[in-house]
Amino acid sequence: MTPMRPPSTDEARIARAWEVLGTVLDPEVPALSVCDLGIVREVVPQPEGLEIVLTPTYSGCPATEVIERSVLDAVEAAGLGPAHVTLRRAPAWTTDWISADGKRKLRDYGIAPPGAPALPGGAVPIRLVRRQAAQPVPCPHCGSARTEQLSAFGATACKSLYRCLDCREPFEHFKPL
Amino acid sequence: MQASIELDRRPEVQYLLRLGDTCLILAQRLGEWCGHAPILEEDIAMSNMALDLLGQARALLTRAGEIEGRAHDEDQLAFLREERDYFNPTLVELPRGDFAFSVLRNAMVATLLKLMWERLESSSDAEVAAIAGKAIKEARYHQQHAADWVVRLGDGTEESRSRMEAALAQLWRYVPELFTADAVDEAARASGLGPAWSDLREAWFGEMGAVLDEATLAIPADTAFMSTGKRGVHSEHMGYILAEMQHLQRAYPGGAW
Repeated sequence: MTPMRPPSTDEARIARAWEVLGTVLDPEVPALSVCDLGIVREVVPQPEGLEIVLTPTYSGCPATEVIERSVLDAVEAAGLGPAHVTLRRAPAWTTDWISADGKRKLRDYGIAPPGAPALPGGAVPIRLVRRQAAQPVPCPHCGSARTEQLSAFGATACKSLYRCLDCREPFEHFKPL
Repeated sequence: MQASIELDRRPEVQYLLRLGDTCLILAQRLGEWCGHAPILEEDIAMSNMALDLLGQARALLTRAGEIEGRAHDEDQLAFLREERDYFNPTLVELPRGDFAFSVLRNAMVATLLKLMWERLESSSDAEVAAIAGKAIKEARYHQQHAADWVVRLGDGTEESRSRMEAALAQLWRYVPELFTADAVDEAARASGLGPAWSDLREAWFGEMGAVLDEATLAIPADTAFMSTGKRGVHSEHMGYILAEMQHLQRAYPGGAW
């Protein structure tokens, strides 16, 4: 593949950068690009190169550093470099930033997408002996709402583990946050 | 052997390290459960919570280093301080105990952190407010999960109840320290950096009281014992944690994965 000629205007560079970022996948949920996840907040042309502003998902997400590296590699490979990444913590990332397309991709991948957080800002009243989610989590395989939580935590910080009581398939749920 | 760093113990630095060290040391204790929890789901839960806490600690230590102004980064602050320069309350450094002990401590600390992050969202320091905006969501989830276990075990079988009662008797003696007032907290409250820990006391007792009530457990009577970790004077357990945490960086300065 021959590299494309670098775009000449800032506007074209930014547009091309967004295109490229749309192909950078989350290493832990490879069904989604970093744009689908909503963690790319801005692409800003700076004198020293493109600034890519990312908002981390979880404080301790071990994928954050890998994502930074992949984003820079992709942008530089597309001939748009040099680039650098800035982390922006506020406002905090929320699963509301996952695009509608991203939610569909999650479901197709077998992960139940997050619903809306229970209250604005994700605040929840402390509920003791919670055996079921506040809102049912539909099974991504058969669509049944008869599901139960197996584990509040899953293989990554952003997911919990469920089981469908109809089709009996276990599945992961992207926690609303 | 890498020498220790010399810390500027200004109140605002100590204030942020108290919180950062609370997250860091509890993360270390929770990480010890990896491969040892009674069921796989809880093994994963403990590790997940440890990761969240570690991420929060990294952000706070980084900010503390910036405010300190001696070019100490998160790694130097985590690995190259002397024991007396760690300011976590003694509660979080106690050995992990059994599962009941760990989940009760998690409920106590998560409740404290949740209340702390809620207040820190309006910190006069924009970076601290941003860290809090993220961490609050994680702390709520941790509190919910831990409280759920306290109720299940407390209001459970004879065995689980006796374990929970024993844990409560051991841990409750470390509560008074959490809410002691001092000049570090006073300065933070005055500057708007964050609340005094004593400001959270009433809300903490309200929430923990509700959890223990539901678990049919009684709050133990007060004792005269007062721990002092927040002042840098730790229990005998702290040195062992630090030895484990620090030996690699001390022996191989700057070593990276």
